[in-house]
Amino acid sequence: MSEQKWTPRIVAFFCNWCTYTAADLAGVSRMKYAANIRVIRLMCSGRVDPQFILDAFAKGADAVLIGGCHPNDCHYVEGNYKMLRRFRLLKRMLSDMGIEEDRFRLEWISAAEGEKVKTVVNDMVAKVTALGPLRLHKKFEEWDKEMSELEHHIQTQSAPAEKEVAHV
Amino acid sequence: MSKPKVAFYWCASCGGCEETVVDLAEDILGVVEKVDIVLWPVAMDFKYQDIHAMTDKSIVATFLNGAIRSTEQEEMARLLRRKSQFLIAYGSCAHTGGIPGLANQFSREHILKFNYEDAPSLGNGQKVRPARQFEEQGRQVHLPELHNVVRSLDQVVEVDYYVPGCPPTPNITKAAVTALLEGKLPPKGAVIAPDIALCSECSRRDTKPLDVAFTDIKRPHQKLLDQGTCFLAQGVVCMGPATRSGCGSQCPGGNMPCTGCFGPTSRVRDQGAKILSSLCSNIGPKEEDEIDQVLSGIPDPVGTFYRYGLAKSTLRRKVNL
Repeated sequence: MSEQKWTPRIVAFFCNWCTYTAADLAGVSRMKYAANIRVIRLMCSGRVDPQFILDAFAKGADAVLIGGCHPNDCHYVEGNYKMLRRFRLLKRMLSDMGIEEDRFRLEWISAAEGEKVKTVVNDMVAKVTALGPLRLHKKFEEWDKEMSELEHHIQTQSAPAEKEVAHV
Repeated sequence: MSKPKVAFYWCASCGGCEETVVDLAEDILGVVEKVDIVLWPVAMDFKYQDIHAMTDKSIVATFLNGAIRSTEQEEMARLLRRKSQFLIAYGSCAHTGGIPGLANQFSREHILKFNYEDAPSLGNGQKVRPARQFEEQGRQVHLPELHNVVRSLDQVVEVDYYVPGCPPTPNITKAAVTALLEGKLPPKGAVIAPDIALCSECSRRDTKPLDVAFTDIKRPHQKLLDQGTCFLAQGVVCMGPATRSGCGSQCPGGNMPCTGCFGPTSRVRDQGAKILSSLCSNIGPKEEDEIDQVLSGIPDPVGTFYRYGLAKSTLRRKVNL
């Protein structure tokens, strides 16, 4: 993908009972929204382990969206509250680690709110487009360049000595 | 038969890990009898050239403590890797980056500027900073350079075993040394400590509530802590649920919550994310404002949850430096 054509890649974790069904409804109703989200269906937003979110960012996601049932509507009673509590602290932690607030979003979208899926996704894509790419997987490679340079230096420096020793 | 050669080396560390070797007390005599120490900068005088001159793999085991954050440390890590059959990451810094790993929240420029220009205790009027090379009385002097990123040992070279802890406790140090000397080695890449959370060996375990339901989180200095009750039940962050056991639960035994130095168990990829997940889901309130109020008791989540593991965490470093 060339630099000019970059568009955000957003990983979306949607709960089976509300938000995924809403996305389905948006599809069936032939609503159009930005094609930048990659939806992962989970049984509940409470199933979203913060490790998944960090992993998504580390592997190249520009943003992460989580969709769950409205408060009091969770199929498993408490799952969405668990996600909300994790979200509040994780958002703060991510921003301490330099990941902008707009890259991480939690929305309550019920099974009937196909329209809200459209609005939220479009809005998020616009905000993340304004922020630009995150590309952590590329950053990791850049960070490690300082090592490969030195490794090369060490290997070329001590290669002959190693051969001598091997013959002893 | 000649005695097996063993090396101890330190990189970005405080020296506490070296102390643990001595903490083996009289047991250390048994170890010293059985091995030939070829490098131990903290205690004995050796020259790096001697190591360079050794045949590859001629050291049986190198215990390396400290994170890797300078060119010198990286060079020594690579050298010792080549000369050793087993390279053991000894202590939190080598294992997961340790306290020095927290420097991954700042840029190298920020760190150098503070330490050579802005620190209040500094007398460096001319703001001199160390140069990579300079000439002194006609001789070229070369100094190591600080890396941009602090790394755990296995982010630099292949590591055979890990001995966790800040510092590793004498019992697991002894277990590691014994395993090596007797040739009873665990599978490569193993962390030499039980693969189960600290709570399993904590004396306060029975008082851990099923549903913690935090309404208030306090830091240890803000509260008079009860000697026998689970810290989580007292509304204090304890890393125990997300931390490997094996230390004998020493901090809870001294009435201080676990800070997570043994790192995560093998089933956890990111210790900070896991403890965040566990703590947060146990918060009592359901309204955003009230949740934030409870969470205000954790002013520095990165420093609290990744105290010893930032370098090895999923994000590794502040991403916009």
